[in-house]
Amino acid sequence: MSKRIVSATVNGEPMEFLAEPYETLLEVLRNEVGLTGSKEGCGNGNCGACNVVLNGSLVNSCCVLGVEANGGTIETIEGVAQGDHLHPLQQKFLEEAALQCGICTPGFIVAAKALLEAEPNADEDRIRHWLAGNLCRCTGYDKIVRAVLDAADEMRQTAGAR
Amino acid sequence: MVTTDKPVYKVIGTRPIRPDGIDKVTGRAIYGADIRQPGMLYGRVKRSPHAHAIIKRINTEKAAALKGVHAIVTAQDFGADVASLPDVSKNLLAGDKVLYRGHAIAAVAATTDLIARQACDLIEVEYEILEPALDVREAMLPGAPLLHPNQRTRTPAGPSENPSNTVAQVAVAFGDVDKGFAECDVIVEGEFKTRMVHQGYIEPQSATAMWNPDGQITVWTCTQGSFPARQTLSQVLNHPVSKIKVVPTEIGGGFGGKISIYLEPVAALLSKKAFRPVKITMDRADVFEGTGPTPGTSIKAKLGATKDGKFRAFYADLAYENGAFPGSAANYATMCITAGYDIEHVKLDAYDVVVNKPRTQDYRAPSSPAASFAMEQLIDEMAQKLGKDVEELRLQNVCREGTRGPMGMPHRAPGHEETLQAAKASAHYNSPLEGPNRGRGTASGFWFNVGLRSSVSVSVFPDGTVSLIEGSTDIGGTRASLAMQLAETLGIAYEDVKPEVVDTDSVGYNDVTAGSRVTFGTGMAVHEAGKNLAKEMAARLAPTWSVTPDDIEFADGVFKTKDGSKSGNFKEIAQAVVGRGPGLTVSGSVNAGFLQGGGFAHAIVDVEVDPETGKVTILKYTAVQDAGTAIHPAYVEGQMQGGAVQGIGWALNEEYYYDDSGRMANSSYLDYRIPTTLDVPMIGTIIVETPNPLHPFGVRGVGEPGIVPPLAAIANAVSHATGVRQTQLPMNPGRILETTRGK
Repeated sequence: MSKRIVSATVNGEPMEFLAEPYETLLEVLRNEVGLTGSKEGCGNGNCGACNVVLNGSLVNSCCVLGVEANGGTIETIEGVAQGDHLHPLQQKFLEEAALQCGICTPGFIVAAKALLEAEPNADEDRIRHWLAGNLCRCTGYDKIVRAVLDAADEMRQTAGAR
Repeated sequence: MVTTDKPVYKVIGTRPIRPDGIDKVTGRAIYGADIRQPGMLYGRVKRSPHAHAIIKRINTEKAAALKGVHAIVTAQDFGADVASLPDVSKNLLAGDKVLYRGHAIAAVAATTDLIARQACDLIEVEYEILEPALDVREAMLPGAPLLHPNQRTRTPAGPSENPSNTVAQVAVAFGDVDKGFAECDVIVEGEFKTRMVHQGYIEPQSATAMWNPDGQITVWTCTQGSFPARQTLSQVLNHPVSKIKVVPTEIGGGFGGKISIYLEPVAALLSKKAFRPVKITMDRADVFEGTGPTPGTSIKAKLGATKDGKFRAFYADLAYENGAFPGSAANYATMCITAGYDIEHVKLDAYDVVVNKPRTQDYRAPSSPAASFAMEQLIDEMAQKLGKDVEELRLQNVCREGTRGPMGMPHRAPGHEETLQAAKASAHYNSPLEGPNRGRGTASGFWFNVGLRSSVSVSVFPDGTVSLIEGSTDIGGTRASLAMQLAETLGIAYEDVKPEVVDTDSVGYNDVTAGSRVTFGTGMAVHEAGKNLAKEMAARLAPTWSVTPDDIEFADGVFKTKDGSKSGNFKEIAQAVVGRGPGLTVSGSVNAGFLQGGGFAHAIVDVEVDPETGKVTILKYTAVQDAGTAIHPAYVEGQMQGGAVQGIGWALNEEYYYDDSGRMANSSYLDYRIPTTLDVPMIGTIIVETPNPLHPFGVRGVGEPGIVPPLAAIANAVSHATGVRQTQLPMNPGRILETTRGK
């Protein structure tokens, strides 16, 4: 097998990179593109630490092949903040101590952002259902769920003020 | 928060943003597997498919011939000179015998991960398969398959005559337990079993090593203790400690599971052979099968009380699995099981037992949750028999100042009474619980503060702010909790302290981030460094103020002469002294002892049990814990909530599921299911503050006690909901139906 050239838009930037046909999108992002914010916790879609948004859908990037991203758009944790302006989710995670070790944090933020963009009024029950694919072993989830609720609140206020 | 008298603090007790936070919410923080070095090779470990077997032969020829393979190592590469840590090296790479499925046998370094995996498959191993010992009680019996044929049991009377899987028998006795039971009106007893569970940190182990031709070794790794890792590397590689530098990366959870090392020496040996840096990262199955779970246990316990509720006697026989190599969990259990209470007559027999499972490691308050699972259920049953409120019964027997505590030493300000009172007064405990199939349970738990050694250095920047250089792995916000203690000591703002965790060449010795010790023990070193800095600044300031250093006082962040004629705050003085003078660096170093006091946690939990499916739902959970002084309350709550949810997983769902051949059948997160957002409610917290007399700010370590009560609290709740006492974990739907069927 030989490497394929993949053209994709990564965090708003068009780029080309090489991928072995058997390599996962997670491996390619980490090893070829150099974006190591997406983490491997399980390698089989159980933990969500590798969550990225591919062509508008939240995916476990360990369960997608890198070549499948050809022609597509990829949004990773590295693209969540706009310049020096943190996303409300990032800000709330910091203010409310919603991370301890931080290894699952990128996946949670990417997943929660996908939810709140689609469902700005998501309540605790909906948030808990949506984030059930993201494992955290440190926090017991309490502060994560609260941070997402508070970020949703702030995002709604910002949208309403526009 | 429930707070007894404590000083007024400016920084302590606030909730600032952690210094490493932005890197962690933007994906920039570098964890173990994120390390890349020029020319780096990828390593993989070949593991045993058998639980117990003799290795007859290893043939690496085909693997070595694969294109892209640069190095292969086996146990022989350790050389003969590893006598100082034989068990550690045998666990890193098995020599003549494999003792559990997943036991490492060989490792390969190759240009890609795929080639390394293929090469592992090409390594041929010839086994003579042996029968495994898998159950802790059966493994103790004569005639059980022996893991270590020459191992004798250490007993108080000396080594046993015959070889045995029982590593050690610990016997503890206070008073006269037979006499004590004879005085009791009510006796409750039971046999309680818990299963082997895993720490479950989300980041698999990863280590990268470079062995330079000049003998300098650099290791990048996600460890709970870079200095102890350096020490182990030195011993198993027989290499000078001064020629090994361990660079700690960020760490994606540990809970005790990343104290021991697995990959670092193997990566170093591969690098030595390949002349290139080598990175080895485990996959999740490697983590489950090859790294430290916590012991499964079997505890037979008996508690006696007088009819008015005074505990008089307690006996327990505690057997703890060690996995494949000796450990010491059962010994801790003897110190924890009665720590919360004043009981005159106590007798404990504890056994450490090897079985053909992974070598067990510490997991958050090691040994104590299983001990509490037994003790606190007996107390619940005792309360039922006596017709007493269970919290009243605990308070009636609670340990106080001077009560005999762990290891027979008197308790000092133990805080259990305050914790129980807070629980008893809580809204949760006083709320009604209505509806069918529902029950409420409570339980307490104890764990130590480990002191150990810590060292930090502090330098003053020209603008009057300071750096804080530390070597304690920050696993959940300790850069913040230490910077806050330095700011409090110096009377400056939290933002004026810049903490950094550095490598083993760059700061004095620090023991592991474990035993709830960093905010406690390293906090003492930070306080010491702060005091040293103030003293040094006063010495430098004295000539410019034309006084002697003794004439200068430092309090509340202000230097002033005793007559009050001259004064300046820390920042002004620092700018004056350092801005125009030579650089200023001080250090603070402590050896804070081993097991130092400790703290109590308590849980109140409401459950609902579905009588048809056997599923247990946690309706409401309140964690109560004595933090001594909560430095950063949000991170204290986080430790309590995290411990509670790990305990919920342990109680309801998690277990190493073995088939008869010793194969773990659930080595993925799908099958070894840790709690998700859907499995738990919000976790209420009540922080109790009974200042710890052993710490300058009254801190108690808060990392571990929170996992101790939930096992018993949930079991008590389920017992009340179903009317059937739950003596075995996990209380999964199958077990609930089994125990309640036909009732």
